[in-house]
Amino acid sequence: MSTSPTDTEPAPTPPPGEPEDPRLALLRGMVRIRRFEERCVELYSAERIRGFMHLCVGEEAVAAGLVGELAAQDAVVSTYREHGHALARGVPMASVLAEMFGRATGCSRGRGGSMHLFDVARRFYGGNAIVGGGLPVAVGLALADALRGEPVVTACLFGDGAVAEGEFHESLNLAALWRLPVLFCCENNRYAMGTALELEHAQTDLALRASSYGMPAWPVDGMDAEAVAEATRRALATIRSGRGPCFLELRTYRFRAHSMYDPDRYRDRAEVARWKDQDPVERLRTRMLGDGGLDGASWDRLVAAVDAEIEAAVADAEAGPLEPVEDLTRFVYAEPS
Amino acid sequence: MSTAVVPERLTYREALRESLRDALRADERVFLMGEDVGRYGGCFAVSLGLLEEFGPERVRDTPLSESAFVGAGIGAALGGMRPVVEVMTVNFSLLALDQILNNAATLGHMSGGQLTVPLVIRMTTGAGRQLAAQHSHSLEGWYAHIPGLRIVAPATVADAREMLAPALASPDPVLLFEHAGLYTSEGDLDGAPVALDGAAVRRTGDDVTLVTYGGMLPTTLAAAEGLAAEGIAAEVVDLRSLRPLDEATVLASVRRTHRLVVVDEGWRSGSLAAEVAARVAEQAFYDLDAPPERVCSAEVPVPYAAHLERAARPAVDDVVAAARRTVG
Repeated sequence: MSTSPTDTEPAPTPPPGEPEDPRLALLRGMVRIRRFEERCVELYSAERIRGFMHLCVGEEAVAAGLVGELAAQDAVVSTYREHGHALARGVPMASVLAEMFGRATGCSRGRGGSMHLFDVARRFYGGNAIVGGGLPVAVGLALADALRGEPVVTACLFGDGAVAEGEFHESLNLAALWRLPVLFCCENNRYAMGTALELEHAQTDLALRASSYGMPAWPVDGMDAEAVAEATRRALATIRSGRGPCFLELRTYRFRAHSMYDPDRYRDRAEVARWKDQDPVERLRTRMLGDGGLDGASWDRLVAAVDAEIEAAVADAEAGPLEPVEDLTRFVYAEPS
Repeated sequence: MSTAVVPERLTYREALRESLRDALRADERVFLMGEDVGRYGGCFAVSLGLLEEFGPERVRDTPLSESAFVGAGIGAALGGMRPVVEVMTVNFSLLALDQILNNAATLGHMSGGQLTVPLVIRMTTGAGRQLAAQHSHSLEGWYAHIPGLRIVAPATVADAREMLAPALASPDPVLLFEHAGLYTSEGDLDGAPVALDGAAVRRTGDDVTLVTYGGMLPTTLAAAEGLAAEGIAAEVVDLRSLRPLDEATVLASVRRTHRLVVVDEGWRSGSLAAEVAARVAEQAFYDLDAPPERVCSAEVPVPYAAHLERAARPAVDDVVAAARRTVG
């Protein structure tokens, strides 16, 4: 993609009275995540971000297409690869970065880091770093909403690795048994850390396995943001009608290694290249350039606006104070409000 | 208060049931879930009759999926409910340990204080019924190791009746351990509210402090009775709360008696008894007239045969002997 933010014009806006092409929001959402993640690599290399960091480059269509379709009152439970989900949910970029810098202004006050972003005001119930550990919690959030009669959905994101965990099967069974409003979102990027799908699952059709619990389940092209958004709308409508949970298998791929520690020895270069041909950002951009939904100048403006947001967020996060060491043991137990 | 309509003298089981009934009546957000809590009436019959009174929405039978239903309790607590989750026994809670430790105990801190998990998990603990190792563990001391949890162990009928209310009122996750050997014990209610973190002196005495909790309280009180016959006045401190520990009550007692015996059904190595003894040694070393003694379970998976099981668990004679050594 173009990286020359020379144009200082405002971001593209539709003429008065004409609604913006909804694809632009998807494209902008994906570019935001892509460029944020790439900036995180630089910040990690500069040792300003430490610990484990898992990037979702290549998987932006899931974050933008799925999380972007949720209503404000819906809940989100995610994994350690959740920067994109958090940004798509509206967690402020500066508070995400401040968290990774270990600052008091971070969205978890420096207690969580990259893998544990929380924003309760946006019903973003965090990155869980135990594979499968978020699923039971999502079932419980949905149970609370159902008991109160709220027409609210909990979206639970996890990877293909989680499908091998007992918590996955327990949770799908329980949600289906009690017809709870959970959208199970399996971000199938074909690798559980370094172990290929075929080497970890006897049955690699994950939607088929989910459907055995008696819920609608289907595979989606996870490299196509429009397809993800469309499938999400369909699933949400089903769940909101009171028919219990749905399962989406979002077939996607991470372009980068599992984490910053991963030398990526287990993937064939040609395979990675084939998937990169399906780059979700490029696919939507090309489609829109082809049908007039986007032109070169508006693309440049979009990228420039995203880059400006990122740099402002980096500066904002850098300026945040550290949490005082005297506060080390705060929040282990609830504090009087 | 519904205490007016229940008999004054109850069993431990009935007291627990009445506390659940009160909680379900008092707060729409409270619900009970777990294996066989509804139609079966609870594995230990604690919840018998509650399904009929409150319906299946609020007394929920779950599949045998400890991790999912404990995690669902955590999620429901995050979502504003006040769940009471029954895990049949502490042995099975290991299947939910990920949820208890990595989520319930951790989310508050890891979210920078944004989340609280007001959840109560009840479970049965302890040996004594020839059920062999996998149904006889005493792991509450393990759980007491974990910051973020509150651990309580009602040892009396009155505590069984009164502990659930403060546990539900707490914004923190509370694990409530019911000893299998206590369900049929009888006691009187005094209606006094119980604090969630205060120990109770069950018997006063000046010669030796016997610290215990939960299922070992009857054993310890029997030992104190035996010691009294020998002219040794033992004070019995019931911890009630294993986390946080009420150090002040223990230390005040030891500073008077100058002798300490800790009675704990857990295994000795790395036990709660070790923690109590260490804290006394750290803070009241110069008040001690004898080395602290510990009476714990033998370091063996609890065996089936009656004589072996008996030998594995702390017995009255063991406590008496330990107390004698401290005054000897």
